[in-house]
Amino acid sequence: MPVRRVLADPLMWVGLLFAGLLLGMNEFRPVLRWAFPQTVPVIYDRASFPMLFLAHLALVATASAAAATVGVALAVFVTRPAGAPFRVTVGTLVAIGQTFPPVAVLAIAVPLIGFGARPTIIALFLYGLLPIVENGIAGLEGVPADVREAADGMGLSAVQRLFAVELPLAASVILAGIRISVTIAIGTAAIGSTVGALSLGTPIFDGLVADNLPFVIEGAVLVALFAIVTDMGFARLDRRLRRHAVAG
Amino acid sequence: MIELDHITKRYDGRAVVDDLSLSVAEGEFCILLGPSGCGKSTMLRIINRLVVADAGTVRIAGEETTALRPEILRRRIGYAIQSTGLFPHWTVADNVATVPRLLKWPPKRVAARVDELLELLRLEPRLYRNKYPHQLSGGEKQRVGVARALAADPELLLMDEPFGAVDPVTRDALQAELLRIHRATRKTIIFVTHDVDEALRLASSIAIMDKGRVVQHAAPLELLQRPATGFVADFVGRQGLGLKLLAVRRVAERARDDETAPGQPVPLEASLRDALSAMTERGTDRLPVADAAGRRVGVIALADLVR
Repeated sequence: MPVRRVLADPLMWVGLLFAGLLLGMNEFRPVLRWAFPQTVPVIYDRASFPMLFLAHLALVATASAAAATVGVALAVFVTRPAGAPFRVTVGTLVAIGQTFPPVAVLAIAVPLIGFGARPTIIALFLYGLLPIVENGIAGLEGVPADVREAADGMGLSAVQRLFAVELPLAASVILAGIRISVTIAIGTAAIGSTVGALSLGTPIFDGLVADNLPFVIEGAVLVALFAIVTDMGFARLDRRLRRHAVAG
Repeated sequence: MIELDHITKRYDGRAVVDDLSLSVAEGEFCILLGPSGCGKSTMLRIINRLVVADAGTVRIAGEETTALRPEILRRRIGYAIQSTGLFPHWTVADNVATVPRLLKWPPKRVAARVDELLELLRLEPRLYRNKYPHQLSGGEKQRVGVARALAADPELLLMDEPFGAVDPVTRDALQAELLRIHRATRKTIIFVTHDVDEALRLASSIAIMDKGRVVQHAAPLELLQRPATGFVADFVGRQGLGLKLLAVRRVAERARDDETAPGQPVPLEASLRDALSAMTERGTDRLPVADAAGRRVGVIALADLVR
């Protein structure tokens, strides 16, 4: 990319801001001291921010990868002739998963599998499934009927048709579902801190418990930036995907 | 070459194709002609098993189509449809290469074949190879669709109203190309249309369909001369535009000057409709042509009238 385009790239600037805050939060100590003279300490110090970020990233990546895999697989299944009878059932089940507040899933999961990252990942997974399944079905059903007929008429097998024609044409709609799911998961993963999962939400909850507003602000700003950077990254990927997959 | 043997297909108890039998010889350009809903498209799709018949058998070169897996069968049959169904995320070259790649041709052979076909369809390979379908006009898309159908040199070509959605001028050009390709390759073609003029122009034989049955299967001339039923006479005659067009065009526009034929000549100034009338009356498809001075200057043939 030419230098001017790199400089004009908002993703790069927001990304740099995020990385800068992760690594250099200490630089804000004087500002925070001045703003919150009663509070000690003003910079969260029970874990480093990069480490909290990596833990947060691991939660989201694990849950979202699982949700994307299962979600797309479910969407593919119910749009095949063999899976068509399950379409309504799958849609209903996934929608129920979405109506549970993540906190409720955590509350149910903790007594069953204990504290830590695992109940959080399960909650994120269940919560993230709906947008992926929904968009997956919409994307696959949006493949024009004549294109599908031509694929069959040319002699593509069902599997070839799926991978060579349907999934590529549905890719940008599927990606939009994953984008929603991941962005939600980044926000929701912060709640995992309530059951002992380490994340960028940890300073928020520690701050709430200890009545330390700077902690809350630090965690909240980082979680928000993480979500924004990720969303912008998806937008970039989407533009790349769409470049030639123009239907019609 | 193709034998359709007592084919029946019902949807919700209603027979869309009703005990239909038809046999198409090798190299023939057979047109399934009929009104909307007469079952012609369904019949076409039964041949490559996109639709499964309830009864009856289809044989291609003596072999029942059910002997092969559907996708293996379809790779041996070219298929072109009205909306083209080009893959929007693939280039023109990739689209044309679809079946050769399924058949695992070596890449060099595929590339050579793609260029050969683009040239056959008069699409300059250098300009079109790397374009995407959304960058093409309707006529160009249709050419690519036909090229894709021909790519693996199939023994049989099925075409479902391939020129139904393009403008009349483009349709005219595409029909001319298809005739040229048919003459050059002698492929067996089964072509569905509801357009009588298109059928008369292209077909070596026309099967007129009504309510899921073939009412008459005959050469175009015979169909005009001896319609088997009132339905055939009505259907071929109802759409009178083609005859009106013939009435306003002169023999001089279509005569071939390098051939001769016996019999009473028609004048260069006569309308094509007059020429058609004379042919029908005399039971011939060729007439000599004479200029104003009465000198024989060439021949007009039935095919020239409908071209």
